[in-house]
Amino acid sequence: MTKPVDAKITNMKERYASGVLKYRQMGYYEPDYQPKDTDVLAVFRLTPQEGVDPEEAAAAVAGESSTATWTVVWTDRLTDSEYYRAKAYRVEPVPGTPGQWFAYIAYDIDLFEEGSIANLTASIIGNVFGFKPLKALRLEDMRIPAHYLKTFQGPATGIVVERERMNVYGRPLLGATMKPKLGLSGRNYGRVVYEALTGGLDFTKDDENINSQPFMHWRDRYLYCMEGVNKAAAETGEIKGTYLNVTAATMEDMYERAEFARDLGSVIVMIDLVIGYTAIQSMAKWARKNDMILHLHRAGHSTYTRQKNHGVSFRVIAKWMRMAGVDHIHAGTVVGKLEGDPNVIRGIYDTCREGFVPRNLQHGLFFDQPWASLKKLMPVASGGIHAGQMHQLLTYLGEDVVLQFGGGTIGHPMGIQAGAQANRVALECMVKARNEGRDIWKEGPQILAEAAKWCQPLRAALDTWKDVTFDYASTDSVDYVPTPTPA
Amino acid sequence: MRLTQGQFSFLPELTDAEIKLQVAYALNNGWAVAIEYTDDPHPRNYYWSMWGNPMFDIRDPAGIMLELAACRKAHGDKYIKILAFDSQKGWESIRLFFIVNRPKDEPGFALERGEGIGRRTQYALRSYAGNQPPGRRY
Repeated sequence: MTKPVDAKITNMKERYASGVLKYRQMGYYEPDYQPKDTDVLAVFRLTPQEGVDPEEAAAAVAGESSTATWTVVWTDRLTDSEYYRAKAYRVEPVPGTPGQWFAYIAYDIDLFEEGSIANLTASIIGNVFGFKPLKALRLEDMRIPAHYLKTFQGPATGIVVERERMNVYGRPLLGATMKPKLGLSGRNYGRVVYEALTGGLDFTKDDENINSQPFMHWRDRYLYCMEGVNKAAAETGEIKGTYLNVTAATMEDMYERAEFARDLGSVIVMIDLVIGYTAIQSMAKWARKNDMILHLHRAGHSTYTRQKNHGVSFRVIAKWMRMAGVDHIHAGTVVGKLEGDPNVIRGIYDTCREGFVPRNLQHGLFFDQPWASLKKLMPVASGGIHAGQMHQLLTYLGEDVVLQFGGGTIGHPMGIQAGAQANRVALECMVKARNEGRDIWKEGPQILAEAAKWCQPLRAALDTWKDVTFDYASTDSVDYVPTPTPA
Repeated sequence: MRLTQGQFSFLPELTDAEIKLQVAYALNNGWAVAIEYTDDPHPRNYYWSMWGNPMFDIRDPAGIMLELAACRKAHGDKYIKILAFDSQKGWESIRLFFIVNRPKDEPGFALERGEGIGRRTQYALRSYAGNQPPGRRY
């Protein structure tokens, strides 16, 4: 309950007397506020310092992420400050976690520049994350109003057009990251691309840290990769692609690389999250202009998404990236080697792919999110997955996803082509069984075993990786558990 | 070579009973099933010949299978595929695509390399069968 002494001060003379007020007194906590349809909404997880009450902490977050500074300034009175002030409108304890609160904050749309992730984030995750009265702070979710979404381009290509260009429908796409990540010469690298694509994959991929190093400069890599791509297309009659990483030190370098990739006939280029939001938006515009699919590798995100008490949830990053305009985003595998609670992953996948994402606390989604016809963003599942998990992958992740088996292709005992073939056969037989109405969650291993009778590479893959699982507790899970409903 | 476009080209050829199950899946999703055929299987030949319009009003898989049988009778020496179109907002595209008939012999594609400056290669795929005029390719 708001103590009367700390309530919003409405007497203007008192409110603007020089000195320091509590953020609540300044008007950043408004429990009666009804968010407008046009407001940007955010929910933060607060861990206040000892002695800081949660409403004051919430008000401080609202203040520091919008108009406030630490002391009263008279220049507020030159503005319609009431309007520009962000408002903490709800504070509630995190279920089962003493000392943490969820604070809901509303921001007027006029606080943000149209079409700029950099501007949006400079407020929402700016100074406020270092604010001393908070031990820790995490941005859990945001509701971006349709009015603001419409100022963003959204995915350059989108799932539907990507499928039309690739001529692949009704099944997940298959990819693999080239390994070893570092050290291959351009010529040897192109060999791996060729083998994997000819064997049955749709895409191969540069890893995040392959740019232009002494062992392989970018032009050399692109030229050899495109030889592999085109040879594989000729041998299969399919459209093939390889994500040529254009990440570089400057925008000028990235444009140069992307243009070279385009001129060589590549259908896709890639960038890393570490290039920053503005560079990502620039490349998304370039990709739209040049009919190029834009793959985003989320290098760096785990430094701030993984721990529950501090940072930014990946579902927010996914939301920003759909607005920024990339076409692919690594979004978790559930069963692989990298962090991923099934419910959290479901929420992220919905955020990428759906036209309207309803509030669903069990999936970590705090708000209804309309997407205002922004194109769909293709999630990518990559990291420690193999053919033997195909029924789990299809069940958890659905059909509109790129499944990337790097080690699971290149590490196959019969060779790279055999590895790719094993993955493709496993995928096709599982999609076929699903469409036929079979319960693939239960029958999956049997369906794979049946196919392995006529497909030796699949047999070998199942035997090699049969016991490989990554069964660790997730560090990022949801806070709301399902309440059993009476029958 | 074996043309591996489509959802199930890495599996043994589907039987008619299996094709019918996939068609039923498409119809249950509310999609319209279509049949298309070609003797020009270039991966960027997006427009195969239509065996009539997508069958928006045939909701019984058996009806689709009759059309497939008729198409096979007329074009059994060519590639035939089954497609399903989803008219739902946000999709408005193909949701299912698999090959149900292929020529006995699939000679495949030549990869032509036009050599340019700075080691740049302009690649082109040409189907061997495509050297013949339509109707005499397979």
